[in-house]
Amino acid sequence: MDLSILWYLVPSVIMFVAGVYGFVTRKNMIALLISLELMLNSADLNFVVFNRYLFPGSMEGMFFTLFAIAIAAAETAIAIAIIINIYRSVQNTDINVVNKMKF
Amino acid sequence: MGITLPVLILALPFAMFLILGIGGVKMSRKLAGVLGICANGALLAMSYTVAFTYFFSGETAYIIDGVRQQLQLFDVTWMAFTERLVVNIGFLLDPISAMMLIVITTISFMVHLYSWGYMEHEPGFQRYYAFLSLFTFSMLGLVVATNIFQMYIFWELVGVSSYLLIGFFYKLPSAVSASKKAFIVTRFADLFMLIGILVLSYYVSQTPADGPLGGASAFNFIMLNNNSANVLESTLCGTFMGGSILSWAMVFIFVGGMGKSAMLPLHIWLPDAMEGPTPVSALIHAATMVVAGVYLVARFFPLYLIADGSLLFITVVGAITAFYAAVVACCQIDIKRILAFSTISQIAFMMVSLGVTRPELHEGMGYMASMFHLFTHAMFKALLFLGAGALIHAVHSNNYTAMGGMRKYMPVTHWTFLIGCLAIAGIPPFSGFFSKDEMLTAMYANSPLWGAWMTMVAALTAFYMFRMYFRVFWWEENPHYKDHTPHDAPWQMSVPLIFLAAVSCVAGFIPFGEFVTWDRAPYHIHLDMSVAIPSICVAVVAIAFAAWLYAKKNEKPSKMKVAMPVLWEAAHRRFYWDEIYMFVTHKIIFNGICRGIAWFDRHIIDGTMDGLAAVTQFASAKIKGMQSGNVQTYVIWYFFGALLLAAITWICLL
Repeated sequence: MDLSILWYLVPSVIMFVAGVYGFVTRKNMIALLISLELMLNSADLNFVVFNRYLFPGSMEGMFFTLFAIAIAAAETAIAIAIIINIYRSVQNTDINVVNKMKF
Repeated sequence: MGITLPVLILALPFAMFLILGIGGVKMSRKLAGVLGICANGALLAMSYTVAFTYFFSGETAYIIDGVRQQLQLFDVTWMAFTERLVVNIGFLLDPISAMMLIVITTISFMVHLYSWGYMEHEPGFQRYYAFLSLFTFSMLGLVVATNIFQMYIFWELVGVSSYLLIGFFYKLPSAVSASKKAFIVTRFADLFMLIGILVLSYYVSQTPADGPLGGASAFNFIMLNNNSANVLESTLCGTFMGGSILSWAMVFIFVGGMGKSAMLPLHIWLPDAMEGPTPVSALIHAATMVVAGVYLVARFFPLYLIADGSLLFITVVGAITAFYAAVVACCQIDIKRILAFSTISQIAFMMVSLGVTRPELHEGMGYMASMFHLFTHAMFKALLFLGAGALIHAVHSNNYTAMGGMRKYMPVTHWTFLIGCLAIAGIPPFSGFFSKDEMLTAMYANSPLWGAWMTMVAALTAFYMFRMYFRVFWWEENPHYKDHTPHDAPWQMSVPLIFLAAVSCVAGFIPFGEFVTWDRAPYHIHLDMSVAIPSICVAVVAIAFAAWLYAKKNEKPSKMKVAMPVLWEAAHRRFYWDEIYMFVTHKIIFNGICRGIAWFDRHIIDGTMDGLAAVTQFASAKIKGMQSGNVQTYVIWYFFGALLLAAITWICLL
């Protein structure tokens, strides 16, 4: 049975919008990180789907996704390290507290 | 002759400049001085070898049927911009360049030796020797130039080295402003020279490329001079303000020479250039660089001959300058200034002599006489300057009021200085007599007016030189000698004086016409008694008058000064030329023209830039609040921006 491409793209869009919504509304930095991961995974999903549907003979999209996942893992580790350090200095993980980097 | 010696003659002084200029700081004074003197001695030997081989070997390469040949020992393409605009660099050997090789290296060697004593205690001794080497290199490159472009390059280089050496005592404000003045005035004149070169070579390069003047030959001296008919033909296509194009080009080139040779009205830099060390004045501002203008005219003489009016222009400029400088020299107090004005006057003498030269008059003898005087003048004027340096070294003042009665204290300087004065005054058997007599003969042959005029200048020359001589060496002893007795200079300074004095005694007997003539064929010099006897008479009378006024301390000079206060003041202040220049530049050019330009620069150009900066600053102050530090706000902006871009892309793709 052939699934329509929409079966993949609609969840991807939902994930992405959820990620954006979460990123701009939540205050906890861990929640922000989770939202970020959602957006990233939605993009990864798109890579895989488009690779599968548009260029079935090639594997570039798949590999790209694998790399993106690896990089996202590393990035998450760094982000968590930063968050822990911020927590140590201000005893808080609220994003509104971290607004010193401005004009 | 191979190319080894010619290349070495140019390479050695340049290498010395680099070695002393870069490594001099690490050297002791003695090492730098000895190195400079030895290198110059080697240069002297090489130049003499080249010049003497050229003059005396008699080989057919150098002389055919009594006519000396012009040789390009090497002439390589240096810059080829297009097929028609090619600049060569080379080494031209002909009578005048060989003669200049002797003059430059002799004086340069004497000055190197002399400076060892004179500059011994000055800071920057190594730098001084480096600059001397640079100057020697530039001057040699100038005289051996095979084409006008090479000459122009070295022309500027001698200007630079002159600038550097005048401003050698750069802590003195007067030296700094004198060096700037010299550079700006000569550079201003060189602008005209460049225009002249461009005009000439533009029209010449319009001739067929396969003709004698195609390609690099459009600049080449030999090709231009030997094909003067073609040059004339190529410039016949128009006139400008009544003068032919060739005349304008040649006069413009001569204006460059006027700047370097300090002809009126571009003479103002030379008296101020005396702020430099005295040996430098002897080398650059008496013997070599300032005669570059004379050399330029001599080099281009066949073209000046056919460019109608240009020789008359040279004569008039020279005659006026000679008289002006001689009058001013009579009323100066600073002995170096007297010598500077004397130099201007003597160079103008050479210019007039070139200007009156016609092939039909005594076989073009004025040219030979001019080069002869260039040679003898270089020797005795360098001698006088070095003698003045010894005097200044002894009493630490440039003014003759601090001297007087020096003949007892400095016998060597006294005798050599006297020989120099006799030579410049034109007393036989000293060298100046012979060359001046030849020049006067040429002038009388052209027109009695020039002859009589320049005889008067010669009388003034004898007067002001002996005025200085008597005032310095006779008059009355300065009372300060009791505290600080002046004495003769060390051997490094005396040897050049004695050598140059010896040369000044015998140089007049050189049969110069056998070596240097306008058509390079020999000319047999003979004294014209109808010119020689009157010129000796006026010189003797002028010397006697100077002796009557200045041999003993008396009231006559000050009475004369009081009797003619306006004339004395005007001559003492050089007939207000500097004031005129100040007025023209400051009041008219700076105030009138430059003020408007400065306003435009300050308000329109700067205003535009300031306005841009102000707008940027204002806008940034207004929008900087958007950088709130709140990450989530950024993301919202970014998100809507991305959406907007996507929408635009989508609309465009529809």
